[in-house]
Amino acid sequence: MAAYRYGYSAVLFILCGLSVFLVTNGQETILTGDDGAAAVDSPQTVTETAEQTAEQPAVEERQWEVTEVEEASPDEAAADKQDASAPETLVPPSVPRPKDDFQEELVIRPLHSGDIYASFQFRTLWETDFMRGNKVSHYRLFPKSLGQVISKFSVRELHISFTQGYWRTMQWGQPFLPAPPGAELWVWFQDSVTDVDGTWKELTNVLSGIFCASLNFIDSTNTVQPSASFKPLGISNVTDHRFLRYATLPREIVCTENLTPWKKLLPCGTKSLQLTELPLFSLQAGLAVLLKSEKLFHSSFHSQAVHIRPVCEDWQCKTTSWELRQTLSVVFDLHTSGQGKREWSLFKMFSRTLTDACPLASSSKVYIDITDNPEGEQFELIPATPLLSQAVVLGDRRTFSVYDLTQQITFGAVRSLNLLIRWKSTEGDMLRPLLHGERYVAGYGLQTGEIHTLMYNNHPYRSFPVLLLDSVPWYLRLYIHTLTVTSKAKDNKPSYIHYQPSKDRVRPHLLEMLVQLPPNSVTEVTVQFERALLKWTEYTPDPNHGFYVGSSVLSSLVPSIVAMDTNSTQERPLFSSFFPCKEESSYFVRVYTEPLLVNLPTPDFSMPYNVICLTCTVVAVGYGSLYNLLTRSFQIEEPSLGLAKRIANIIRKMRGVPPL
Amino acid sequence: MGLLSDPNRRRALISLLTRLNTPICLVCYMAGVAWFMGLAFEPFTLRTYMSENAMGSTMVEERFPAGERALATGREFAAHKKKVGGMPVDWLVKTMQARGLEVFTQSFSRTLPFPDENKERYMVKGTNVYGILRAPRAPRTEALVLSAPCSPGDNNQAVGLLLGLAQYFRNQIYWAKDIIFLVNEHDLIGMQAWLEGYHHTNTTGMDWSPLQGRGGSIQAALSLELSSDVITSLDLVLEGLNGQLPNLDLANLFYAFCQKIGVLCTIQGKLQRNDWDSVSGYSHAVQTMMLMVMKQASGRPWGDHGLFLRYHIEAATIKGINSFRQYKTDATTIGRLLEGMYRKLNNLLERLHQSYFFYLMPSLSHFVSIGYYMPAFGLLTVILLLRETHIFTGRYLSIYSACIGNSPLLIKYVSSQQSSPGVLSVLTPLVISHLTGVALYTLPIRFQEMAVEHFPVSETEAVVLTAIAVYTAGLALPHNTHRFLSGEGTEQGWRVLKLVAVLYLAVLLGCTALINFSLGFILALTLVPVAAFVTPHIPKVLSAFILVILSPACTLLFSVFFFQELQEMPVSFQDGWLLYLSVISQGILDHFLYGSLVYPLIALLVYPCWLLFWNILFWK
Repeated sequence: MAAYRYGYSAVLFILCGLSVFLVTNGQETILTGDDGAAAVDSPQTVTETAEQTAEQPAVEERQWEVTEVEEASPDEAAADKQDASAPETLVPPSVPRPKDDFQEELVIRPLHSGDIYASFQFRTLWETDFMRGNKVSHYRLFPKSLGQVISKFSVRELHISFTQGYWRTMQWGQPFLPAPPGAELWVWFQDSVTDVDGTWKELTNVLSGIFCASLNFIDSTNTVQPSASFKPLGISNVTDHRFLRYATLPREIVCTENLTPWKKLLPCGTKSLQLTELPLFSLQAGLAVLLKSEKLFHSSFHSQAVHIRPVCEDWQCKTTSWELRQTLSVVFDLHTSGQGKREWSLFKMFSRTLTDACPLASSSKVYIDITDNPEGEQFELIPATPLLSQAVVLGDRRTFSVYDLTQQITFGAVRSLNLLIRWKSTEGDMLRPLLHGERYVAGYGLQTGEIHTLMYNNHPYRSFPVLLLDSVPWYLRLYIHTLTVTSKAKDNKPSYIHYQPSKDRVRPHLLEMLVQLPPNSVTEVTVQFERALLKWTEYTPDPNHGFYVGSSVLSSLVPSIVAMDTNSTQERPLFSSFFPCKEESSYFVRVYTEPLLVNLPTPDFSMPYNVICLTCTVVAVGYGSLYNLLTRSFQIEEPSLGLAKRIANIIRKMRGVPPL
Repeated sequence: MGLLSDPNRRRALISLLTRLNTPICLVCYMAGVAWFMGLAFEPFTLRTYMSENAMGSTMVEERFPAGERALATGREFAAHKKKVGGMPVDWLVKTMQARGLEVFTQSFSRTLPFPDENKERYMVKGTNVYGILRAPRAPRTEALVLSAPCSPGDNNQAVGLLLGLAQYFRNQIYWAKDIIFLVNEHDLIGMQAWLEGYHHTNTTGMDWSPLQGRGGSIQAALSLELSSDVITSLDLVLEGLNGQLPNLDLANLFYAFCQKIGVLCTIQGKLQRNDWDSVSGYSHAVQTMMLMVMKQASGRPWGDHGLFLRYHIEAATIKGINSFRQYKTDATTIGRLLEGMYRKLNNLLERLHQSYFFYLMPSLSHFVSIGYYMPAFGLLTVILLLRETHIFTGRYLSIYSACIGNSPLLIKYVSSQQSSPGVLSVLTPLVISHLTGVALYTLPIRFQEMAVEHFPVSETEAVVLTAIAVYTAGLALPHNTHRFLSGEGTEQGWRVLKLVAVLYLAVLLGCTALINFSLGFILALTLVPVAAFVTPHIPKVLSAFILVILSPACTLLFSVFFFQELQEMPVSFQDGWLLYLSVISQGILDHFLYGSLVYPLIALLVYPCWLLFWNILFWK
């Protein structure tokens, strides 16, 4: 095992190092008509830009205005190094240059199924240092509650997500931010922390209070220390997984009581806003007005998350700042809210329209993914925007229409922005996601079972490695000798296996494997288990519901879709397209499988008393009498002698004569 | 206990038991039968009630509007089915996708051990189509199933209603569990393939392609059978594989909604009657209960739901029945009923577990729980124990009187000395009768080809006739047994053999009744008298006749006639015999296709046990 670990550590480090770019590998912004900007872009962009210039010559004047803003404002989806160098042009000049910065954006992606995916990201960046013992007392945009948590528990990185529903990869493609159903929490602690387990316990309890969630149910029986799957996403020199804790609560139900505390962390999220000059009814501003709980939970999928990590302030990384990224993803279902019409608007989605940007935000934008709709034949976007942006998201070059909320012109004459997407055709085929996973329990009966994990590689000709993380509660006793990994009906030997057996009532099983997925194949991992009989106090109040097993995590570097198109010579100069490998040849993706619901052998809690009484009685009466009858020895009863005879016998005995 | 520790009184008790053994046995038998018949008497039974909290107090509204459209879809389905000449897979996939479901297919194939003449199939190939309605904001951990078999002639309305419900359900926001809409081809074989694929097990050696989409652990399932646009009543079928029943709450749920919506509902095709105090009312209840007992005892799945029960999924089949009654129910109403049931099942927090799993139903509103019907069986098995005591104490007392005053060790020694010739005489018939049982289990399938070559019969007939031949050949066993034995059977020998046989039967019946009460009870009804009266000293011809009449095969024959009588479809002896033959072939097929345990139980255990008694009769 050790040999494997050393042999393949290089692969792991590459894999995990690149996981920093969780969402995007980079973004480039282009503007129609802006030749200067286009010149530095890739040749493909040049052609596109040229086309767009031809299409829209009339609006060139306005586009120049927008361009300046676009160049000036930092791009959230960009890599970290690009982020920090942005000047804050929107902050009023009277205020001294603050060390914190807030950006907000909303990405909307119409899905092929007719559903719509909306993803909010709010980023607060603060150039401060919670560590080194100096007490941070003045908070402006960064929420104080989280700042205190970071400094008290010496947190280096904190990722927490609450998700209701399961992301349907095969229908919706890859999400910008993957999250498993229920709650997920993973934390990297500073290497100065001595008692990591104790700090972790305290931290989960505090977070439980902050987010109004049952995170206090995280204990040693569902916490693991993954050795390879979760690497720091921010700047870090610590990769010793002793300082990492990972836990999921698949049963956690997410609802408004989790949304409210999450919204309170936003600078423009709630009525606790400090700007008194604003009238009462508009205390919520910017994108946060859209976060109405009754609409957000009238959806197919809801996921909210908080990510805290240290990032570089500038490209030289001389100073670091703390990044708080709050994300919220939601998928609206066409069928349950569509009334048969295939159209979406901001009002229909959120029952609100946008009227302004958050006054505290340095950037406030709405992106609409129009990649599949370059000529407007799939859907119609109203109002149209001339501003386009391109970014490589999850290995795919996507084009977005951008609405900048800091510009009054965006809101038009009615002073409100109600984006309308009206579908024109129902056709359109989604590119199959290159990687997706599935999991289920096989077998029947309450004694044993088998966990099957299926990993699909849909790439036509490239194979890639996948890191599988499985954390199984102790009450499913895994028979690790039955572990098989097969792809294409052949045994597939994992190049790295990290297995930590469970201890009853103390810690769960942890299984990590690095598996190479052959192209265009399904790899099946099976392991048998035995269902443990719990002590009767250990059953939940609803034992017949079953017991949850958290999602498996597949982390992988997937070959990029851009690099996938075999006929890449179209639309591109010949000099750029000889070698298939490009700058974004593979991207990091994390896929969660569905959680499992497993029934354990459950006593009938209403019956034991009756059954015990009845059984004992039957055994005592029935068996007892039979046993008695069979084993009792039989003796002839001596008739009792009279007193005289007894005395006579004694005398006879003394005389040595046989008794009467 | 004092009664037994006092030797005098014990002796009195033993002598009482010995003297009055036969009358007590007779009384017990009568009491057992009377108790059983009393179970159908309404004042002795309990009214059904909803035990599950999640389904009881929560109110749901039924709003399904599109019954007519569903029937139109059903007609379209029928047209496509006719055009394709089988399951219209492509049309179903397209239709389900248009309704916003995730659609998957599964192909399967199975070669039967011998041709099934009832359904005219031998090499079966088919495709199941299922669409999953993903519940919003649910993590794919729980699912409900609604299935409709795609059979050649009918059931188009059921598929239409299934698709209509899928469309309606898809637009609702309140689902907390995924709902799987399944159209299975070749009824039970398709269902078996789908369930095995879903749970990735293979118990019967079927070929199926793995499933692509799943919805987690299935909580409950309903199978729908409708063959007409309007119906007069809905029939609930509960009996599943090996006599397993779904939780009673599922039946309660169905009954509650039938009452609420005002649909006539039946069980075993029998309406409920209110005149329990009249003779006809009582006999009606007895008929209903006896039908359930017969169906349960057969151990076969009586609807597509029957195979779910193995996987601990509560399931039932709902059949639409169109008779000549005036009042008709349309598809919209049935749709509303199903909608209501699914909404309540959707509300479940736990699996259905609150109510009974072991019950009999004399009507849909009354049930007999295990605590009430088990005494009837207990009274029958007590006879076996009494006979056991009788033989044992008879032996014991004789030894006891012989070696009075000696230590128990010596008594044991003496008794083993005395029965030592009996050990061989017990073992030989035991082994030989079980070998006959193994032959009965294996030969019919093995020798079908040979039989077809040499006799002018079809494969199915060959199998059934071989089975009957082996069964009859077993009757010659006593003569064969005696060849292995050194001398004539002794008096001790048959007593020991009977001791073993009675004990064997008691254990066998006890275990069977725990799993499948009806089967155990029917077997006890016929085999207990055999075990009680048989000795080598009774008139041979008459007893042999009685023994044959009470043998498992004849029990099956009578059950066939009785069942037809109960269903009010009496048959002539000729038809009955043909039916009997087909029942045997179906029983064997059920075992090989779905894993029903009745055939191996009869062949490997009950029949050898009966042969032991046959042996005792011809001991001398």
